[in-house]
Amino acid sequence: MTVADLVSYSLVAIYSAMAVYTLAFVCFALDLAKRSAESQAVPATAGAAARTASSGTGSTTTATLERAPATPNAAPSRRFERVAFSLTVLAWVLHVLGTVLRGFANGHVPWSNMFEFSLTSSAIIVGVFILVQFWQNLRFLGAYITGFGLLLLGVGTVNFYVDVKPLPPALQSYWLVIHVFVATLATALFAIGAGLSIAQLLQARRESGKSTWLKGLQTLPDAQRLENLAYRVVMVGFVFWTFTVIAGSIWAEKAWGSYWGWDTKEVWTFIIWVLFAGYIHARATRGWRGARSAWLALVGFSAVLFNFTIVNLFFKGLHTYSGL
Amino acid sequence: MPPRRDDGVTQPTLGLVGYLRFFWRQLTNMRTALFLLLLLAIAAVPGSLVPQRSSDPNGVVQYLRDNPGLAPVLDAMQFFDVYTSVWFSSIYLLLFISLIGCVVPRTLHHLRALRAKPPKTPARLERLAGFISQPAPAGTDAAGAVEAARQVLRGAGYRVQLFDGPSLSVSAERGYARETGNLVFHTALIGVLIAVGIGGGFGYAGQKVVVEGQTFVNVLGSYDSFNPGRFFTDAALAPYRLVLKKFTAVYEEKNLDAYGQAIDYRADVTAYRPQQRAQADAIKVNEPLSISGTNVYLLGNGYAPRITVRDGHGNVAFTDSVPFLPQDTNLTSIGVIKVPDALPKQIGMIGFFYPTAKELNTGAFTSIHPDLRAPVLSLRVYTGDLGLGNGEPKSVYELNTDGLTEVAGAGTDTPALKLKPGQTVSLPGGIGTVTFENMDPAAADETRSVSRFASLDIHPDPSQQWVFVFVVLAVIGLLAGLFIPRRRVWVKAVETDGVISIEYAGLARGEDPGLEAAVADIARRHIKRLTS
Repeated sequence: MTVADLVSYSLVAIYSAMAVYTLAFVCFALDLAKRSAESQAVPATAGAAARTASSGTGSTTTATLERAPATPNAAPSRRFERVAFSLTVLAWVLHVLGTVLRGFANGHVPWSNMFEFSLTSSAIIVGVFILVQFWQNLRFLGAYITGFGLLLLGVGTVNFYVDVKPLPPALQSYWLVIHVFVATLATALFAIGAGLSIAQLLQARRESGKSTWLKGLQTLPDAQRLENLAYRVVMVGFVFWTFTVIAGSIWAEKAWGSYWGWDTKEVWTFIIWVLFAGYIHARATRGWRGARSAWLALVGFSAVLFNFTIVNLFFKGLHTYSGL
Repeated sequence: MPPRRDDGVTQPTLGLVGYLRFFWRQLTNMRTALFLLLLLAIAAVPGSLVPQRSSDPNGVVQYLRDNPGLAPVLDAMQFFDVYTSVWFSSIYLLLFISLIGCVVPRTLHHLRALRAKPPKTPARLERLAGFISQPAPAGTDAAGAVEAARQVLRGAGYRVQLFDGPSLSVSAERGYARETGNLVFHTALIGVLIAVGIGGGFGYAGQKVVVEGQTFVNVLGSYDSFNPGRFFTDAALAPYRLVLKKFTAVYEEKNLDAYGQAIDYRADVTAYRPQQRAQADAIKVNEPLSISGTNVYLLGNGYAPRITVRDGHGNVAFTDSVPFLPQDTNLTSIGVIKVPDALPKQIGMIGFFYPTAKELNTGAFTSIHPDLRAPVLSLRVYTGDLGLGNGEPKSVYELNTDGLTEVAGAGTDTPALKLKPGQTVSLPGGIGTVTFENMDPAAADETRSVSRFASLDIHPDPSQQWVFVFVVLAVIGLLAGLFIPRRRVWVKAVETDGVISIEYAGLARGEDPGLEAAVADIARRHIKRLTS
């Protein structure tokens, strides 16, 4: 097989993965809609019903609630979710295949420019999401994860695409394999953590009775549990991010002669590290548990996205490997 | 509580000590620490928005030139030196003082806790995490059950203590390494800061451009630029010299999408150390040369055309290899030649070098490949006083043309001089000639007709081993502090009406998602031991 063949097979696999991710995303979305519909029919607690009724937001809701106790529904089937998850796994296999083929076409790891980094990082985000299911059922994040992966792949292939090129001398180091891969793993965990934090914020809002349109969240873990899950995922991400900083410093010492030079990318990596260190401390700080720490996790993840997009594309510095 | 004045409540006046104590309490408060941490993240942002003197000094010069209104204001606020600025430093120093104020009492407390026995078993275990109550297996007495529990807990790494009271019980605690890890992590961060702050002062950062065939001697005067640390002395410079034998750049030939992209740079050098034989070695981008305890890094390269100028009297007024600074990936390069010794008038030239020249429709040249395939040197020539006599330091890469007369170039009747390697042309007005020397005149092609230069960076930092040691400690501490659960577990044998039931419960000290499972596991193993 020639390089050109590998490149085109890789792209076919990536486009197929995108198509299947789209189907998975639709099914996850349908599942969320169904959860919402079920909760309209089955209020979880009388307390919630009373609160909703007394708040007087829309007569339809109140009417439904009054009828509700007549329809007991213990364990609703999650058919759409099961289909969506199977599709996600299928799409992921295609996605990994496409990424690996790209690596073979390159003759080096498929994360040396922004296009390849989009492929690899989204593959790892979805891969971690699939693996996490063996530990906890977090499938309710499926729409968020597949949507996010789809977005990364779409922007990557349309906006960041570059041809197969040899590695410039600066990247010819095994630290490229370690440093960037660990950074991607950390990013994946921060992405899942951010999804959980969003769910936590919405759940807390529903639990406080402020929003009636969030009732679909009754089928999700409560805000406290979501907060704990987010914390544990981000905690592991933080450890990986620490390794990223250290591996990067060792590489910088080897390539540039100085382990830390406040290059723009280093600055943002430092900012992200500090933000997540703040998040971890926030859990032990009075007045910062709950929504505030969740917002901090989201600010941290926004900084990760900023570091990947804006800093790569528009900031001057030594990490100019976008290939664009 | 912050001290208030005009709220109608009489408060005792705080003396100086009172205020200091109040300030100390505020500073070592967790919320203040968190606030300082987040402030540090925000304060780091400006350093990525505007160029920094430490990492991009030329960028700062350019920025000052491009933004004459804003830049002086930013400069006054130290925005070009963010990471050494007063405000950034005060944030991290306050943060670290706050950290010390937290770590010291916690360390003392932890040292006491390490020697202490687990606390007395609570009277009622039902409200605690993972509570289990089950009847003791037949034939078990309370003392035997508690002793078996003690052994199970000890085996699981718990520190144990037996208690009497209304019922016999064992109180156990584990995971002291969590707090140890926590303290090690934070102390190691202080260590990193001190190592960076003090140790960095013993190092230096020097740059030197070396042309093929030239020698670099490691003494202060031979560096092109040199930034010593605060505690630097000349003795820190190891005596050695390096000769750049050859610089090789390899460019992509097969892949047309990346045609001409650099794929390898290699500087072949010979190193001479005192009392040792000369040693051939190579420096590559990710492979610095280690010599006499310091590393020499290859950070840049380019062409250094060798130029000879004869003045109007026919004397050689200048002959040297002049490093030209690359402007793009095809190595279009700019360099400056100053000939103060030319008679009757001093000569200055601004040169453009194109390794593979192509003439555009406008008549201007551009380079279409970084290798030497059709090298062309174009020179704009000036005469007049170069201003070198007044002792002011001048950049060798810049020519101030104010006060000079242009004699060849776009602004004159004579077009810029164009030379290929080996060619000599006359300067206008009979002021002399200029020769672009061919470094390899015998060769059939021009691939080695112009010398290359390597830009070498040398910045030893004796503190970095210490930084590394503290970072490794910090990581070990972080892992222990985040992942080792600290928990207390109690097992109690409760006797009611001659029937013994055994109660189990736990208490998390910090994050401990696995506590209930751990208590259940202890209970299972305890019963197994009692029944076997």
